Amino acid sequence: MNAPFHPDSLPLDELKVGARAEIAVIDWATLEHSEACRLRHFGFDEGVTVVPLHLGPFGKDPLAIRVGRMTVAIRRKHAHAVRVVLA
Amino acid sequence: MNPLPLVALAGSPNAGKSALFNALTGARQKVGNYPGVTVERHSGRLTLADGRPVELVDLPGAYSLEPNSPDEAVTRDVLLGKQAGERKPDALLIVLDASNLDNHLRFALQLIELGLPTVIALNMVDLARRDGLELDPGKLQEALGVPVIETVAVRRRGVADLQSAIDDMLSAPTCPAEHHAPSDLIRLQRRARELATATVISESPVRRWTHRLDSVLLHPIAGPLILAAILFVMFQAVFAWSQVPVSWIEDGFALLSVGANAVLPAGALRSLVVDGVIGGVGAVVVFLPQILILFLFILLLEGTGYMVRAAFIMDKLMHWAGLSGRSFIPLLSSFACAVPGIMATRTIENPKDRLTTILVAPLMTCSARLPVYTLIIAAFIPNRAVGPGIGLQGLVMFGLYVCGVLGAILAALVIRRTVVRGAGGAFMMELPKYQMPAMKDVAIGLWQRAMIFLKRAGTIILFTTILLWALASFPKAQPGQRQVESSIAGHISNGIYQVVKPIGFNHDISLALLPAMAAREVAISAIGTVYSIDSTDEAAGEKSLADRLRGQWPLPTALAFLAWFVFAPQCISTIAVTRRETNGWKWPLFMVGYLFAVAYIAAGLTYWTAVAAGL
Repeated sequence: MNAPFHPDSLPLDELKVGARAEIAVIDWATLEHSEACRLRHFGFDEGVTVVPLHLGPFGKDPLAIRVGRMTVAIRRKHAHAVRVVLA
Repeated sequence: MNPLPLVALAGSPNAGKSALFNALTGARQKVGNYPGVTVERHSGRLTLADGRPVELVDLPGAYSLEPNSPDEAVTRDVLLGKQAGERKPDALLIVLDASNLDNHLRFALQLIELGLPTVIALNMVDLARRDGLELDPGKLQEALGVPVIETVAVRRRGVADLQSAIDDMLSAPTCPAEHHAPSDLIRLQRRARELATATVISESPVRRWTHRLDSVLLHPIAGPLILAAILFVMFQAVFAWSQVPVSWIEDGFALLSVGANAVLPAGALRSLVVDGVIGGVGAVVVFLPQILILFLFILLLEGTGYMVRAAFIMDKLMHWAGLSGRSFIPLLSSFACAVPGIMATRTIENPKDRLTTILVAPLMTCSARLPVYTLIIAAFIPNRAVGPGIGLQGLVMFGLYVCGVLGAILAALVIRRTVVRGAGGAFMMELPKYQMPAMKDVAIGLWQRAMIFLKRAGTIILFTTILLWALASFPKAQPGQRQVESSIAGHISNGIYQVVKPIGFNHDISLALLPAMAAREVAISAIGTVYSIDSTDEAAGEKSLADRLRGQWPLPTALAFLAWFVFAPQCISTIAVTRRETNGWKWPLFMVGYLFAVAYIAAGLTYWTAVAAGL
């Protein structure tokens, strides 16, 4: 894995609904350019606070995530590229 | 004459840009297209306090100047003065969502770097306050170096201040724009967050409205049920609420016919006006109420912010069918009309998802099928109850909608495994805050839809009904012959008849299929025109079309006709918009081919099954 590893981090898709966490690192290499770009547009960045708010009704996918002051929907697969540490 | 000063309106999606555009320009708007790309250009005229006019152009929403979609590319190119068909704006009006400054300021910082005279509308300050957020616009103004005006666009608040700020901006001497250097997204984002933090005076931790609503509307069990209920109410309303206005329109056209009959001497001209023009156009305009009700729901669902939630709920299922939640909105719009539905696929970033959505959109039961379904159901399906509150006619109608949806799912599955293979795109959408849309914004949207529909009725449909009337009226039949069969149209339809005979279609249907290529609802006016030309005695002329069909078509034929219309791509506009959106003839031809094949098989199966069952 190319991205620097953070010892206490877990992938965003394993974070419990309602739990606050801070983004430790984002494994940009696993994302397509356009997907990475959109995550950046949504404000995904190291140090930003994220909270999973809702899960999709079918297969708990996609996830609604509060990032900064915005709520965004992303699929589990992409949330997996974001590693967080509990705040 | 110098052109009017051009002010560009820019902002991130969900900043309330369209509402602000409506608030500033009122109904004086023009909707066009940028040349070479399929992006709509919305412009309008804004009048300053002293009466000077300014042209305001509403740019597509974008998160940054690094485009992720054709819409965002237009925004960038207009702002850099590189967009064909648009001059470089003289000034810039940036819209920001007051409660999402951390994010929206990034784009604003990037735009301010362009060096154009700029004003910022700090929009939706009411929603920010509702969420316990107190802001200091003065501080933001100081830090950014451009005027910041607080607005609530949906309530038309702050509009006068904004107008005078635009006035000042246009009067001030302009300095030459600096060279635009590609800015560093991460640096801008971090600067935006610092600024946003500095602007916030206080933030009380209230439980946010949107979050509370979402815990119900996005609940794993309640959420899908509520979505289903909303869709059910929507389709019920389309039928229930439209009955009264439909009868007014019918009465109006009946009066016109009576008037024309009284004024015009009997003969070819009267037949043309009464049977062709009034009959044909009337048969189509009658569906205006249903189309408007459907669009009313879609505009409300979009305006409140619910539409994205629907996409969220549906994403997993759509993903399974080879689409994404993003496809849900275009497909839902296609229930009104596939043309705006296909145009709405522009928001789908992944080209394969987008193409698949375009190819299956015509399977959604559009409102133009309603005339056909309504007439055939009224004529052939007995009006009796099959359960409490459930009528057989309504059930058949519902079944036709379901057939369309199932057909679309199957088609998407097959298409994604054959002609459009490959990995699907992502589902990444912002869930905006819930809000009450301004009725004026909804009214403007409805007005634009009504005009588009009426223009179509007044041009394409008027033209085809007149043409069909002529083809069906000449040459005159010899005594003992049916007019329908001896006319030019009769001879053309004989050719079609040979092809569709095996699936149970008769001469009348064969005759209607050709003009119905213009638009599905023309099938009804075509059959109506033919019967009124064909009717020799006055009494028959007064029977309703449904009564006449009941007497002349066997039931299996009627059912096969319904099945045909679930699938058949009988709409020139849809084919044209598909060509435009896919930049070529390959995909529209594929779409027409596969849909006709499916329609033929479905109608055939229906007919043979019905005959075998002894219906």
